[in-house]
Amino acid sequence: MAGFVIRRVLGGIVILWLISVITFLLFFLVPKVLGSNPAILFAGRSPSEAAVAGVTKKLGLDQPIVVQYWHFLAGIFTGRHFDAGPDKTWCPPPCFGYSFKNSEPVWQEITRALPVTISLALGAAVLFLLIGVGIGILSALRRGSVVDRAAMTVALGAVSLPVYFTGLVLLLLVSYQWRIFPNIHYVAFLDNPLLWARNLLPAWIVLAFLYSAMYARLTRASMLDVLGEDYIRTARAKGLPERTVVGKHALRSALTPVVTIFGLDLGSLLGGAVLTETTFGFRGLGKTSIEAISTGDLPTILGVTIFAAGFVVLANILVDVFYAVVDPRVRPT
Amino acid sequence: MTARPEPSAAAGTAAALVDRHYLDVRDLRVTFGTDDGDVRAVNGLSFGLERGRTLGIVGESGSGKSAASLALMGLQRGRRTTVAGEIWLDGENLVTASPERVRSLRGRQMAMIFQDPLSAMHPYFKIGDQIIEAYRVHHDVSKKVAKKRAIELLDRVGIPSAARRVDSYPHEFSGGMRQRAMIAMALSCDPSLLIADEPTTALDVTVQAQILDLLNDLQKEFNSAIIIITHDLGVVAEIADEVLVMYAGNAVEHGPVQEIFSAPQHPYTWGLLSSITRLDRTRSDRLRAVPGNPPSLIAVPDGCPFHPRCQYANLAGPATRTERPTLETVAPGHRVACHLPVEARVRIFREEVAPSL
Amino acid sequence: MNSHDSTGPASTGGAAPVGADAFLKGAAPPAPSTSPAAPVVMDKPDPVPMEKLAAVTTAASGDALLRVTDLQVHFPVTQGALVARKIGAVRAVDGLNFAIRRGETLGLVGESGSGKSTTGRAIARLLEPTGGKVEFDGRDITHLSARTMRPLRRDIQMIFQDPYTSLNPRHTVGSIVSAPLKIVGDLSGDALKARVRDLLELVGLSPEHLNRYPHEFSGGQRQRIGIARALATHPKLVIADEPVSALDVSVRAQVVNLLGDLQSELGLTYMFIAHDLSVVRHISDRVAVMYLGTIVEMADRAGMYEHPLHPYTHALLSAVPVPDPAKQHRRERILLRGDPPTPLNPPAACRFNPRCWKAEEVCRTVEPPLVEIQPGHQVACHFPEERELV
Repeated sequence: MAGFVIRRVLGGIVILWLISVITFLLFFLVPKVLGSNPAILFAGRSPSEAAVAGVTKKLGLDQPIVVQYWHFLAGIFTGRHFDAGPDKTWCPPPCFGYSFKNSEPVWQEITRALPVTISLALGAAVLFLLIGVGIGILSALRRGSVVDRAAMTVALGAVSLPVYFTGLVLLLLVSYQWRIFPNIHYVAFLDNPLLWARNLLPAWIVLAFLYSAMYARLTRASMLDVLGEDYIRTARAKGLPERTVVGKHALRSALTPVVTIFGLDLGSLLGGAVLTETTFGFRGLGKTSIEAISTGDLPTILGVTIFAAGFVVLANILVDVFYAVVDPRVRPT
Repeated sequence: MTARPEPSAAAGTAAALVDRHYLDVRDLRVTFGTDDGDVRAVNGLSFGLERGRTLGIVGESGSGKSAASLALMGLQRGRRTTVAGEIWLDGENLVTASPERVRSLRGRQMAMIFQDPLSAMHPYFKIGDQIIEAYRVHHDVSKKVAKKRAIELLDRVGIPSAARRVDSYPHEFSGGMRQRAMIAMALSCDPSLLIADEPTTALDVTVQAQILDLLNDLQKEFNSAIIIITHDLGVVAEIADEVLVMYAGNAVEHGPVQEIFSAPQHPYTWGLLSSITRLDRTRSDRLRAVPGNPPSLIAVPDGCPFHPRCQYANLAGPATRTERPTLETVAPGHRVACHLPVEARVRIFREEVAPSL
Repeated sequence: MNSHDSTGPASTGGAAPVGADAFLKGAAPPAPSTSPAAPVVMDKPDPVPMEKLAAVTTAASGDALLRVTDLQVHFPVTQGALVARKIGAVRAVDGLNFAIRRGETLGLVGESGSGKSTTGRAIARLLEPTGGKVEFDGRDITHLSARTMRPLRRDIQMIFQDPYTSLNPRHTVGSIVSAPLKIVGDLSGDALKARVRDLLELVGLSPEHLNRYPHEFSGGQRQRIGIARALATHPKLVIADEPVSALDVSVRAQVVNLLGDLQSELGLTYMFIAHDLSVVRHISDRVAVMYLGTIVEMADRAGMYEHPLHPYTHALLSAVPVPDPAKQHRRERILLRGDPPTPLNPPAACRFNPRCWKAEEVCRTVEPPLVEIQPGHQVACHFPEERELV
C-alpha cells in the first residue's frame, strides 16, 4: 500500500512538472512566435520603454528558454533574485514568479487568496454533500414516488441555472432587498468566526444549490444501480433488515463513485470558483486569476494555474488511494 | 401448525393437494406491472415438497421459474409487483405473513443460492464476514463464535485451509470456490428449505459436478427440502427426486424424476427432451427442435399456452385454444396439464417420441 | 454409443472405427462460387442427405483450409504507474497445432481459461498472435495488417455467443446484415437489398424483418441475424464462438440444425468453439480438447467420444450429466479436485498433472507432446488409456 501511494505521488509530481512546462511554454513561447515581446506583457499594459528594458533584463528574457525555465523551476524551491542593476527584487521561496503589475511575489497573492477560496469551497462542500447525497439516496429508495419526482425536477432546474444568475438573484434578495446579509465581504475565520460564516453563507448556498442538484442526480443513479445488484438480493436473502441492506451493503458501493467525483470537484473548487467569487466579490484564487487575465499579469496567471493544478492532482491521488482502501479488488498487493 | 385455513375455492388445482407438505404452494400468482401491461410471470402455480426431497424446476427463460422462487423467499421487487395465492412453509402462510416475519425466516428457515456467485457476493466484504453476518442476523452470538462457525462451514463445503481463506475477498476465489462459499453462507443457519437458482450454470462442467455432488451430500446431512431451478435436464436427472416443468408461468407437468424422463406426458416435456443433444444416445443428424419461440408473458396465448408451438394441438380438440388445461393426476404423484386424451399421450410418446430420444 | 454399454472397457490400441459408424460430412461439396456475378442458390433446398460416408481422414487432409502451427497468444501483465513494466504473461494460447479441412467442422472444447475463445479470435485476426503461424487457404495471415487483412475478412467470419450484445441496438436488421457487404463493396442499391432479403430467408427469418431493430427479436431470432451477418460475404470459414450457449433449450436445437443445414447447403467450414461437450459432439466432425492453452487431445468425433484417451477428456466426459436418472446414477464419475489453475502461471510439464489421478514423476518433469496414437487420434499424455464413460 505504501508503495502504491509513493508511486501515485511520484506520478502526480511528474504530471505537475509537465503542467508547469506546458504553461511556461505557452506564456513565454507563444508571444515570441507571434512576434510580440513578452516583456511588454509582463510589464502590464502600455508600459514605458525603460520599463520594458528593465523587465527584459530582470526576467532574463535575453537568455535561452531552457535556462529561463530552469530559473523559474529553481525559484520555487530556492527563491529568486530579479536583478537589474540598482533595481533589486527578492522573491523568497516558494517563488511562483513575481508580479510586476502588483509589485509583489505571486506567492503572496496566492496566500492572500487561498483562505477565501478554501472557506468557500469547504463550506459549500459540506452543504452540498449533506443535501445532495441525502436527497439522492432518498430519491433512489422511493423511486417513482412524488418525493423522487419533485426532487429530480428541482434538481434538473438547478443544474441548468448558472451560478451568476442564482448568485445575483440571491444577493439582490438577501443583501439589498431584505438586508438579512448586508455588506457582504470576506472576514477571516480567526478574526470573527461568526461574521465569517454569515458573510459566506449566501455564496455557500449558491454553490451548494448547483452542486447539490448534480450530486443528488449522481447519487440517485448510482444507488439505483447498486440496489439492482445481485449482492443486494443476497443481502436480503440472508434476512438482513432493510436498514442494514441499504446502510451497509448498498451505500458503501453506491457512494464510491460519488466520492470519486467529489474529490475531483473539490480539487477544482479549491483552484478557485471563478463565477461565485466574482459574483460575491471575494478575492479568492478564481477572482485573482480573472483579474490577472484582464490586466495581462502573466506571472500571476502562471503561478495560480500551476498552484490550482496542484490541487487537482492532489485530489486525484487521494481519490485513487481512497479507491484502493474501499475496494479490495483494486487494492495493490 | 394450527388453524390453517382451507385453500381458497379459486385454487382449483390446489384441491388436488390433499396431503399437507412441508412446503405447499397453492395457486401462486406473481404479476409485474409494466408500462406495456401486466407481466404474468407466475400464473397459478401449485406444488408441494417434503423435507429431504429435491424438486427440480425446469423451464426456459420467461417460464416464471425464477420469479416463483423469489416469491417463495419474499424477495419480489418493485412497487408494481403483486404476489397472490398461498405459500405454506411449515404451517405458516408466507403470503399473508408480515414482511418482518418473512424477513426473520429468510436466511434462517429458507435460504437461497444464486447463479453467478461473483455478482452475488459483495465485492467489498470478506467472504468470512459475509457468512458471519448471515449467521449473526439470526443468532445472538459474538463475532468470534460466528467466525468459528464460518470456518467450519467453509471447511464443510470443501474450501481448503478454511481458517485462512475465511479472510479472503470474493474476487480472490475461483468460480467454484465462490459457489461453495455461497452454499456455506446459505447453510449457516441450517435452513429447512434451500432454493438454488441455476447454481451451476455459470460454472465449468467439472466444477458443476463437484457442486452437485456437494449439494447431494449436504441434503443427506441437513435433511432440507431443496428446490433446484435449472434449464439443464442433465442436472435435474442427476440431483432431483421430483421434476416440475414450467412453461409461460405455469406448471405443465410435475412428477417423480424417473417418470418425467421415462414416461413424460406433456408435449412440451417431449420437446425439451428431444431437442437436447445428449452424450448417452447415438447422434442423430438433426435435433427435433420445438418450433417457434417462448411466448411473451404480457400476452400469453389463450387456452393451453403451449398450443401455438405444439405439434399435437390438432389432436387435442378445440378446447386447447380456449381453455387453460389444469394439472390432472395421471399416476401417483404425476400430474400433467394437457388437453390431449391420456391414451393419446401415452401412445404418442411410445410410438413417436421415445424412439427418437 | 449405446452399442458400447455392454461391452466393457475397450482394449487400448484397437483399431479406431474411423468413419465406420460416424457419418462425417465427407469431402465438402464444391464451394459455391463467391463471385458476385453468380449468386448462390438461396432457394429453400430439400434437406441435403448428409450420410455421405467418406474416408476423410487421409484423403482430405491435404486440403486444409486453415493450418495453425505452434500458435501462441500471450497477454502481457504489467505493473507500474507511469511506465508499465512487464512482470509476466497470461499464456492464453501456448503452442497449438491443427488444421481444418474444407467443409469439415472442428469443435474446440474446454473450460474457462482453456484459451478456446482466444484461439478463435487469433485466427479471425481480431487479436495479434504472439507467435506461430496461421495459414488460411495457403496464405500466411499471421501478421497481416488491418488493411491487408481486409480483403480476407469476407472469407473468415465470426458468430458470437451473446446475441443481445453482439448486435448494435441502434441499427436495423437490414443494416446489420448488409454491413459486411458494404465494407467489401460488391453490391449496392437494389442488389444489396435483395441479397439481404435472401440472407434473412436463408436463416429462417422473414425478409420483411429488414427494417426492424434487434430488440424486437427473441434470443434465437437474434442469433439467426448474427448468422445472416456472418454469411453475407460468402465466407469460407466461419468461427462460431459459443453460438448457442446463451439460447434457451428449445431454441438451441433450431439454431444447431440451422448451422448444420447451412453447412451442407453452402459448403461452409466451421470452427465451433463451445464448452458443451454434447453440442460439440452433435455438430463436429473432429474435436480438439483444450486445457490451459494447449490441445490435450484431438480426434474425430467417434474417437473422441467413444474412445477418449486423455485423463482430462475422461474427466470432462464423465462430468457431463446425462438426462436419464437411472443411467446417471449408475455411471462412473470422475470428480476432479480443485479448479483449473490460471494460465498466468500454468503448472510445469504436463499442465494437467496437479489434478490428474494418474500423474507420476515424469508428468511433472517432461511435457508430453501431442502425438498420433491411432490414425487421426492425437493425445498429449504420458499414460493414455481408453475408457468407457458415457
